Order: sequence, then structure tokens, then C-alpha cells
Amino acid sequence: MSVFSTIVNQIMNGLQTGSVYALIALGYSMVYGIILLLNFAHGDIIMVGAYTAWLFMVNFGQTPVLAVIAAVAACTVLGVVIEKVAYTPLRQAPRLSLLITAIGISFLLENLAQLVFGAGARPVPRIFDMPSVSVGSVSLSGTAIVTLLVSVVAMILLNLLIKKSKMGKAMRAVSEDTGTAQLMGISLNKTITFTFAVGSALAGIGSVLYCAAYPQASPTMGSMLGLKAFVAAVLGGIGSIPGAMIGGFCIGLAEAGATALGLSVWKDAMVFAILIIVLIVKPTGILGRNLQEKV
Amino acid sequence: MSNLVPVPSRGMVPERDVKDRPVLETIHLGIDFGGLVAVDEFNLVIGKTEIAGLIGPNGAGKTTVFNLLTKVYQPSRGTILLGDKDTSGMNTSQVCRAGMARTFQNIRLFRDMTVAENVMVGLHHSIAYHTPTAILRLPAYWRGERNAREKAMDMLSIFNMQDLGGVKAGALPYGAQRRLEIVRALATNPSILLLDEPAAGMNPTETAELMENIVKIRDTYQIAILLIEHDMKLVMGICEGIAVLNYGKIIAKGTPDEIKSNTAVIEAYLGKKEGQENA
Amino acid sequence: MNKNTRKIPVRFGYLINTALFAALLLGGTKVIGSGAVSMYHTKVILLCGINIILALSLNLATGFLGQLPLGHAGFMALGAYSSAIFMRNVTILPPEALFPFGILIGGLMAAFIGFLIGIPALRLKGDYLAIITLGFGEIIRVVLLNIDDVLGFKLTYGAASLKNIPKTTNFFNTFLCVAITCFVIYTYIKSRHGRATLAVRDNEIAAEACGISTTYYKTLGFTVSAFFAGVAGALYAGYLGVLSPSSFGFMKSIEILVTVVLGGMGSMAGSVISATVLTALPEVLRAFSEYRMIAYSLLLVIVMIFKPTGLMGNYDFSLSTLIGRFNGNASKKFEKEGGKHE
Repeated sequence: MSVFSTIVNQIMNGLQTGSVYALIALGYSMVYGIILLLNFAHGDIIMVGAYTAWLFMVNFGQTPVLAVIAAVAACTVLGVVIEKVAYTPLRQAPRLSLLITAIGISFLLENLAQLVFGAGARPVPRIFDMPSVSVGSVSLSGTAIVTLLVSVVAMILLNLLIKKSKMGKAMRAVSEDTGTAQLMGISLNKTITFTFAVGSALAGIGSVLYCAAYPQASPTMGSMLGLKAFVAAVLGGIGSIPGAMIGGFCIGLAEAGATALGLSVWKDAMVFAILIIVLIVKPTGILGRNLQEKV
Repeated sequence: MSNLVPVPSRGMVPERDVKDRPVLETIHLGIDFGGLVAVDEFNLVIGKTEIAGLIGPNGAGKTTVFNLLTKVYQPSRGTILLGDKDTSGMNTSQVCRAGMARTFQNIRLFRDMTVAENVMVGLHHSIAYHTPTAILRLPAYWRGERNAREKAMDMLSIFNMQDLGGVKAGALPYGAQRRLEIVRALATNPSILLLDEPAAGMNPTETAELMENIVKIRDTYQIAILLIEHDMKLVMGICEGIAVLNYGKIIAKGTPDEIKSNTAVIEAYLGKKEGQENA
Repeated sequence: MNKNTRKIPVRFGYLINTALFAALLLGGTKVIGSGAVSMYHTKVILLCGINIILALSLNLATGFLGQLPLGHAGFMALGAYSSAIFMRNVTILPPEALFPFGILIGGLMAAFIGFLIGIPALRLKGDYLAIITLGFGEIIRVVLLNIDDVLGFKLTYGAASLKNIPKTTNFFNTFLCVAITCFVIYTYIKSRHGRATLAVRDNEIAAEACGISTTYYKTLGFTVSAFFAGVAGALYAGYLGVLSPSSFGFMKSIEILVTVVLGGMGSMAGSVISATVLTALPEVLRAFSEYRMIAYSLLLVIVMIFKPTGLMGNYDFSLSTLIGRFNGNASKKFEKEGGKHE
């Protein structure tokens, strides 16, 4: 294979992983934008999605299509449940407590999964199998193309939702000024729940796409994935939807680059180094908003 | 850029005899926020023991000026001279140690600490012992703590608050909180005290008491006081010099009588007269 | 007259404390040395001591600075590895004599890196500080894992584990370290520096306006916090005899955080009690070890929902430690004299 096709393939790899990161990062950004919480448990929702897909396909012997629907549904429901049970009671509590609760939930999910499914990785059967597509002399992975398309479509739909729909307007209002939004008759609870639902659904889609590329489910898969997606959200500007997308692709490509250079053991450190650089140089990220404290 | 030219002493009001260098002088001070010019050509001189007032309609930029003076914002242009020191490049804590203390429009007390502890934080730099002494509990530590506590009580007695020493600052009634903030600022041993709306939320009796106390503070500690206020009785009552700010620029400077009859000032507050005069 | 009566109880209190401390130290060493306590129980006691120091060090950062560093295990790792490498390679003195130096080196190494990390990290607040420290913690772990490849010689042995570390941790030096940690942190807090640190946590802008350099105190607090984590790490290395980077990951940072949060962020006694209980309990409940982590996380969530400041939580350092109670705490007396407000 020519160098060119290797490079193209690496780029496709990067964009593929990046798409997954982007979908997860969207969830992080949306939740942070609305209640200023870093939802540590978000990454673990993907893990739940993956196990649901596995359950449906292996244990219940269902079709991949049904498994996908089940996975997305499970993620959405879980996200909403967590919000209602753990985060709503803490709406008035100091932000630190909320952060710690999120960490606790994340831990809880991982350990429950470990208890139920065991610590090892379970192979997830192929959800969809796409043939490679040939463009000129280069052979592109079909899975990667599908992943990329799905996430771009998801982002476009999400953008439409935020900009054009009534609920989208409510979400934007609540993230600007919670008190005034309520005075305008917007139901805070409904808006926040909806935000979590959409974010978790996107994570569910992300988990399915992730399993298509790395067909494995393990209890701790969500944590590193979630952390990296979080870095992507920060990079793109937390609270910004196009930012999450850009951040996701950047991280994905950076990782692909590192692997291509033979430095894959340093991948994790590299992602965190990117995070540190962003936080030092421009904490609000590429497209983020500035929040200044009034003196 | 600063020009450290010794300036013959003059307060805001030239006739007042204030001896030696002024305690505060700003030259062409200004700040922009993005495209908005928030404060511009702010030139002020305050004498060593002068009580001066900064007034103006809401949104004129008065608190912004305070934030500039205390380096919460770094100025976009201009110089600030505190005594004979140029404060360019200093941050807030350095400016405080150089002798400028302030209170805040939205009271910023250490709510979880007691009243006495709040004042003792203000006394931080006048307590002499270092960390190793503290850890080894050498005599200097005990002396330092005792002296600080006594000093705190003394200062609290100006406002008759010495019995509230052990009360949590966050539990105090509003008026007491304002007074505590002033005591804490005084504890930092300033040469000029900036008070941001000290009478906000006070009734006429409390305001009158505050007016007495401000003059008492000036007389006892021989410091200058610059205050932002909307309460005209207080401003006209105790300020020796007044500067009026509108849209970030000084539109008038002078004695209370001069300011009261200044047309530009009246316009800024009440708008242009239309025909008949109002009482 | 008031001043005199306040001084006497304090000095007397110190006498009692010193006597108590000496008694526990020497008595404990004697009892354990004589074999009256089983090897197993001794190990639990040592681990308790290590976890107490860890909790106190993180408490310094969370309770005092009001921030949430999530990479604390990284400092522990630095202390552990520095001390271990020193102890393995330096042989001019017997290990028992070298160990105090090892502990010091571990602490200083962690403090040094903590200082460097603090420079960018302490400019941020809240969630951002949490995440950046998490990032640094992970970087430390990955570096410890892979550094041998970069260096070309075996330093940390990475995933293969660093073995044959002299097991020099015993009751005497652990107890001594715990006591020193408690003492230093307590005396620091009850001084003008402690007041300044708490002021910075309470209202940073106001603290700056009082002439307190927030950068200085935040950095100092963070560095000292890292130092003690390093000390705990060194003790851990001497306790286990074997080190592997995977034991110092995000999970470990969370475990320490759980200990501090449950005890109350800002309560020294809380940290001590919480660390002891959370170390000893799993050993007592051996049979249920599978459920330990689930219980931890569930406990964490429940405590956060119902008592966000932690089980013993309070932000006021003027209560808490046994030492404080003995010293007839000056400010507590003050509170009584101050009386109710109008």
C-alpha cells in the first residue's frame, strides 16, 4: 500500500474515533451548558449502551437493529434516571458536591457492571458490516464512513433542534439565565431532563458506533473514553455544540497521528497534555463563551 | 508611562490645605472593554486627609473606577500614583499593601469566619511572625496572636461591635455587615480608604451614624477617604470635594456647593429642563 | 487577667498532648514489637496510618483551598517511586537508617512536582481545576509506566513492577509521620497563615483586597498537600515492597477523595476517623469485599445528597481534632464571650 493510502486510512481512523468522541462530547457540552455540571457519569453511559447491545444480541439473540434501538433507549433512560435521582436533589447544593456525586455515580456504574458482567471484556458481535469503499487507489473503511456520516447528521439535527425548536429555545434560555427563564414560564425540570435525554441518546448512538469499530464491552471502557471526550468538549469550547464536534475530530486525529508515529503508548498522556495546554492558553476553548465574575 | 513629577499638594478642592504630596493621583486613567470605552480621562487628586465623594447616575462607571484603582481591572491607559509610588504592574494585593483599602458594593465578607477573624485577616500583614514560628509555637506566635486579637477588638469598638467578636460574619444583620467590612478594610492600615456605597440599605438614623463614624475614622487615623454614594445627604454632608462621573467621564469637580448648582450635573441626573422649573 | 487564664490551659494542654503522644508512640511500638499483635493486624494498622496521611493531605487542598484536585494519587506515586528508587540503589547505610531520608525525598519530589503543576492549575477554578489535576495525575501515571523506554535503562520497571523495595515501614515511623502531619497542618491552620488560606477559600477577591497574595497561599497549600501525599507514598512503598503504576490511577485518587468527602472536607478529625474506618472496615468485612467499591460509591452519592458537607463536615477548622479540644480552643472561648448578636 502506498504511503498516501496509509495516511488517508489513518485520517479516516482519526475521524472515526473522533466522531464517537464528538457524539459523547456533545452530551458533556449540553449538560455543562445548562447546569454547569461536568457529568462524570456520562462516559459510563456508553458502557451501559455497549452491554445492552451485547445483551440483546448474545443473550436474547435479537437482530442488530433491535439491539441498537435497545442500546440507545437504555442510555437515554439511564441518563434521565440519574438526573432525577442524583442531580435534581442537589440543584441548590455547592457545585463541588454535585461534581462529587457525578463521580460517585460513575464509580457505581462501573462497579455494578463489574459485579454483574465480570471484569473482563466481552466480545460484541458485529452490529453492522460495511464493505470497504474504493476511491481511486485508496480503500476506505466502510464502517468509518458510516460512523462519520451518522455523527455529522446527528450534529446537524441537534443544531436544528437547538436553533429552531421551542425546546431548543428553552434550553438556550436556561443556560443563559435559569431564574429569568423560569419567570418566562419555562419548566426548569422538563428542560433539564430533556437535555439529559438528548445527550444520553447521543451517547447511546456513540456507543453503538464505537462497538462497530472496537467490538468489545468492558466495565471500565467508558471511563477513559468519557475522559477523552471530555477533553474534546473542553478543546472545542464547553457549552458549544459545533465546538464539541470540532474538539472530537481534533482529538481523534491527534490520536491517529500518535499511533501512526508509533507512539501509541503515549496516547493517553498526549490527550491530557492537550487538555492542559488548552486550559492554560485558552480555557474557554476554541468556540467557548467567556464567563466573568462580577466584582 | 508615568511622570513622577512632584506635584504641589492640592486636593480635589484646590483651596484646601492638605500638606505634602497628595495621597492619590490619577492621570489620564481609562479602560476599554472590547469596543466600549467604560472610563476615560479620569484625572483626580485626593489630599492626604481629605474626604472625597464620587457620584454619578447608575452605570456611570464609579465601581469600575474603584476596580481600576485596586487593579481588579488593569487600566488600558493612564497612571495611578499612590503616595509617591506608581502602581503600574501591581496586582490587587500589592496595591492594598501599598496603602489602598476598599469595601465592595455587594458586601464581600468572609462569611464562614467570625467577626473578629475577619478583622484579623485585615491585620494579616501587621502581625509579625513567620510560618516556622507558627508551627513551632514559639513565643512570637502567641504574642502576635494576642496583639492581633486586641487590636481587632479596639477597631471593632469604633462601631461599637466589640461584643460581636465571636459571631459568624454571615449571621450579622445587613448594616453590621457593612460596618464590619469597613473595619476590616481599616485593619489593613491604609493611607486611603475606598468605600463603595457604604450607606446602601441604611435608614436615616444609621446613615447619620455612618457619617459621624466616617469623619471619626478620618480624624483618628488621619487617612483620606474616597466614597461612592447615591445618598446625597451623606455626600453633601461630609465630603469636602466631589467628582461627578457620567458615561465614564468626569463632568464636574468641586465643593458640594459648586456641584449642587452645576448645570451639567443636574442634567446628568435629571435630564434637560423643559420650560418650567421643578422644585 | 483574661489573657493569663487563656494561656494556662493552652500550655497545660500541650503538656498533655506531648505525654499522650509519647505514650502511644513508645507503647505502641513495644506492643507490636513484642508480637502481641498479629502480622495481619499490624499491616492493617500501618495501612490506616498511610491512609490517614493521604486523607489529611488531600483535605488540605479540598478543605482549605476549597478546590477539588483529582490527581492526588499522582503525588502519592511520585513519593512512592522516588523513595523506592532511592532505597533500592543507595546502600551506604542500612535501610532502616536510610528510610527517613527516603521519606523526605519522596515528600520533596512530590512537593516539587506539585509546585510545578500548581503554576498552571491554580489559575483555574472549580471544575477546570478538577480536570486539569486529573490530567496531570494521569500523565504522571503514564510517564511512570513508560519512562524506561525513553531513558533507555530500567528506572521504574513500568508495568513489570518495581520489586525488592526494603520493607522499612513500621509502627514507629508511621505513627511518627501521622503525628507530624497532624501537628504541622493543625498549627499552620491555627495561625495567621491558616486564616489567610481560609480567607482565600471563602472569598478570593476580598482576600486580595486585604493584601493577601492568593497565588502565594494557594501554591503553598497545594505544594504542602503534595508533600504529605509523597510522604504517604514513601511509607506505602516501604510497606508493600512492590510498586506498579496501575495502583496509582484515577481510581486511587477517587478512593482518597471518598475518604475525605465522607469525613468532611475541612475537618481534620473527620479525615482521621474516615480513613481509619474505611481502611479497617473492608478488612473486617472480608467476606463482602466484592461489594466494597459499590458500597463506597453508593455511600458517596447518598452522603452528597443528604449531607453535602460530609459526615463530619464543617468548614470551620476551629472545632475538630482532639488536640484542639485539649487546647481549650481560644476562638471557641471567644465565641462564648461574644454571646448572641442583636
